[in-house]
Amino acid sequence: MAGLSDGIQDGYAIEFRAATYRLPSGVALISSLNLNIAGGETLVLLGRSGSGKTTTLKLINRLLDPTEGEVLVTGRPSRSWDAIELRRGIGYVIQDAGLFPHWNVERNVGLVPQLERWPEARIQARVREMLSLVGLPPEEFAGRRPSELSGGQRQRVGVARALAADPPILLMDEPFAAVDPITRADLQREFRGLALRLRKTIVFVTHDVREALFLGTRIALLDQGRLVGVYTPAEFLHANEPEIQAFAASLEPGAAHEGVQ
Amino acid sequence: MNWYEFLLRNRSEVLERSLEHIGLVGASMAISLAIGLPLGIALVGRIKLQRWVIGTANVVQTIPSLALFGFLIPVPWIGGVGGSTAVVALSLYALLPILRNTCTGIEEVDPAVVESARGMGMTPRQVLWQVQLPLAAPVLLAGIRVAMAMSIGVTTIAAAIGAGGLGVFIFRGLAMVNNQVILAGAIPAACLAIAADSGLGYFQRSSARK
Repeated sequence: MAGLSDGIQDGYAIEFRAATYRLPSGVALISSLNLNIAGGETLVLLGRSGSGKTTTLKLINRLLDPTEGEVLVTGRPSRSWDAIELRRGIGYVIQDAGLFPHWNVERNVGLVPQLERWPEARIQARVREMLSLVGLPPEEFAGRRPSELSGGQRQRVGVARALAADPPILLMDEPFAAVDPITRADLQREFRGLALRLRKTIVFVTHDVREALFLGTRIALLDQGRLVGVYTPAEFLHANEPEIQAFAASLEPGAAHEGVQ
Repeated sequence: MNWYEFLLRNRSEVLERSLEHIGLVGASMAISLAIGLPLGIALVGRIKLQRWVIGTANVVQTIPSLALFGFLIPVPWIGGVGGSTAVVALSLYALLPILRNTCTGIEEVDPAVVESARGMGMTPRQVLWQVQLPLAAPVLLAGIRVAMAMSIGVTTIAAAIGAGGLGVFIFRGLAMVNNQVILAGAIPAACLAIAADSGLGYFQRSSARK
């Protein structure tokens, strides 16, 4: 995906310009969103359910197209991208991972390389590399079916699959929401290390403030389809807007500490 | 004379009728698959059209088979006495289970799996062939299994319009008031149905394991 990687060198990786997404019924899920996402940052979209986080994410890889305004991906309007080509250059991880239950781990992780017709040997090597990267020994896990994995392992495979073709952009929709708290903390810690090392542009959707503070270089707060503001984790904790205070109040004492270290 | 003595004594005709029977079932299944699978795939997600088409197939299903065979005889091109009329009627019967199970099978595939397939950059055709159809296969095969068992049974009635098959013995037995002759048609037909059903059942189980 030379096109995608090259575009990020100069300017923003993703820009929303007065982007609105309306259902055919006229209800706007996202209203005139203006937001710039820099190359290499981890931007967290934070908000309650129904705030438009997932819609915003899907506007980036053209699972949805804006009904008004535009979304630029590496400086090019998303509509001018071929949707299939664009998506193969953007990693995508969703809640429960969305792994193909009829394929083993190896085939799942090798999906995009296979779609891109990499040679078989290169796919195999890449799959092994990715599984090791997410902490799953390939010799033990490559042949397993998703049904033979724990929830946390499935999410790891989901991340490995999203990274397999080395996309410059990674979209993650509440990827760690469906696992138990201890596994979630492990995944968050490891993912943070991974994000720092890989220098991808990451857009991460969550409704969990602690997760947002822990993983985000910046946090975009959404409420009912509108952008309330964009903050660094430190700014977020000290901002005065009532929406933010409501979110901050959902933090347990001590959590804030851990978040901004 | 016992039914199996009758079978032994008339084994060449029994074999011939059995092959006729299999031919009628095979031809009608092939036609209803050729129509039902693509139509079912095309109807996925089109709720209104789907209700209408499946409703129509449902109504066809309620027509008594003997009556449907009778209705078709005067129809030009497809009608007349003999095998082709029977194949048309049998295809219409087999269509509903195939159509319905194709639709529901594909629609019941986990939406998260389909969404991630699209999000990873699979084309609609790749999503259909590599994700939706393989995951819908057990439901799809269940529909084919029902259609097959039903066709083998209904085909016995096709003998009434001169299409041949094992129904010939049943109608002959009825005319002769001879249960043994009826059994000589009914038992091989039942065996065929059981064999076809267990064969497809095996496929269905192995596709579910995948």
